[in-house]
Amino acid sequence: MPESLMMGLTIFVLAMFAGFEVITKVPPTLHTPLMSGANAISGIAIIGAILVAGEGHSTLNIVFGVVAVAFATINVVGGFLVTDRMLNMFKKKTSEK
Amino acid sequence: MDVMDGLSTIIALSYLIAASLFIYGLKFMSSPATARKGNLIAAIGMFIAIVVTLLDRKIIDFTWIAVGIIIGSLIGAVSARKVKMTAMPQMVGIFNGFGGGASALVAMAEFLRATSTSEGILHLDASISIIITIIIGAVTFTGSFVAFGKLEGFITGAPVQFPLQKVVNVLVILGAVGLSVYIIGWAPSWTLFYVVVGLSLLYGVLFVIPIGGADMPVVISLLNSFSGLAACAAGFVVQNNILIIAGSLVGSAGLILTQIMCKAMNRSLTNVLFSAFGTGDMEAGATTATGDKVARSVDAEEAAMIMGYAQSVIIVPGYGMAAAQAQHAVRELTELLQSRGVEVKFAIHPVAGRMPGHMNVLLAEAQVPYNLLYDMDDINPEFPHADVALVIGANDVINPIARYDKSSPIYGMPILDVDKAKHIIIIKRSLNVGFAGIDNELFYDPKTSMFFGSAKDKVQELVSEVKKL
Repeated sequence: MPESLMMGLTIFVLAMFAGFEVITKVPPTLHTPLMSGANAISGIAIIGAILVAGEGHSTLNIVFGVVAVAFATINVVGGFLVTDRMLNMFKKKTSEK
Repeated sequence: MDVMDGLSTIIALSYLIAASLFIYGLKFMSSPATARKGNLIAAIGMFIAIVVTLLDRKIIDFTWIAVGIIIGSLIGAVSARKVKMTAMPQMVGIFNGFGGGASALVAMAEFLRATSTSEGILHLDASISIIITIIIGAVTFTGSFVAFGKLEGFITGAPVQFPLQKVVNVLVILGAVGLSVYIIGWAPSWTLFYVVVGLSLLYGVLFVIPIGGADMPVVISLLNSFSGLAACAAGFVVQNNILIIAGSLVGSAGLILTQIMCKAMNRSLTNVLFSAFGTGDMEAGATTATGDKVARSVDAEEAAMIMGYAQSVIIVPGYGMAAAQAQHAVRELTELLQSRGVEVKFAIHPVAGRMPGHMNVLLAEAQVPYNLLYDMDDINPEFPHADVALVIGANDVINPIARYDKSSPIYGMPILDVDKAKHIIIIKRSLNVGFAGIDNELFYDPKTSMFFGSAKDKVQELVSEVKKL
């Protein structure tokens, strides 16, 4: 097995555990924002997309790359903005009688 | 040992910072008070990751990157701003789809590059990661679009079934996997490669269409997880750790939510995905004997009277509230009752609505303070002391049959103990069965008053009647 693959697998497994640890305690009120926030993070594929679009090996490659960049950007920008909009609405009662 | 040059070091360290910010952000998102900050922290992490990637020397042309980013930002920003809160499940669904699609495209581009530059020879680990990314990414892409269509109403929310459906589904996914093995092991052919892409896209459609509308919280969570796992697999393709880390975080977040949703329905994930729940053609035990039972209906005046003079009211919102956009009227009613000294609380079932936390978002939009919202376990002991339980467009999650009738499809599902309240007022359009296709004996309980009509109209009527008291 190539060393890079082994390294990747190690990181993958540890990151999954980190994810489970960090997220298990989220209260139900925040399930939707958590999901859409996490969703925005999954737009990290944009990094791969940028490299593919920028390396420019062939026309088809660039086409794939540009569409991938656009898709991932929708995911990132839309995801973070919509989560922020939602969380902005979550307010505790201000004037308690 | 290889030593990285200055630029590569900066990039790698920045990725590490970005990964830490993602974890920090997710951590902050677990408390309502810090959640907004958490989202911002994660966004900053993403911004750092994107900026340093642009420094990479492998990039020779920025034009096309700029084009993609501008188009994507415009679409993303406009839709995030315009979307109605009631449409949030489909919005999250479609964002998932784009994320999965992006990962699949990255893998396709890598396959193209690898096969055209090294005379068709691909390293085994590279080709395996490419294929895995494409399958997960493509399934997420089309699956999310079907989920979007179902939630938006383009496609019927009911499970879509056809003869030999399970056989076809299995053949499609086996075909994709089998061809992949052939491509990896023997022939990296482009034609076959496209067939795999096509089969994966097809499987995404087949996988979601037999799942009914009320099971969407599970599907959306699962697709969320898939979009993360696709990004993670893409990380193996482009050998980039930040993709692996961020992808795994999202993958585990999605899996946790999926598990919570399944538990809330007392069904296994396989049951949700493959049983075409809610088609009505399953063995439903004691559901037909409804002929002799009488449901009592009330008018707005009487219902307002019951509630206006109560000491405590628990409101139970369901998908009906979302569908009718009744959340603002509900807030008005809540404030009115509170001003009369009535204690108002909300009981939220984990799978009420079409995505995890759907009711919470809608009520937050209507500016109902979140400390009035209670989870099932916290509110259930309070129903016996409540004077009134007002049910707005919920059905299966309050059906007492889940407690005792083993033949019922919802047997074992944890429910809200609405039947223990002193009075029960149910706003519903008709006596029709809910998603699970079974009758609700609660409608015929002597303590129950049915208040027939659309959630929004009926709550508004209640508001004007309570004002007159």
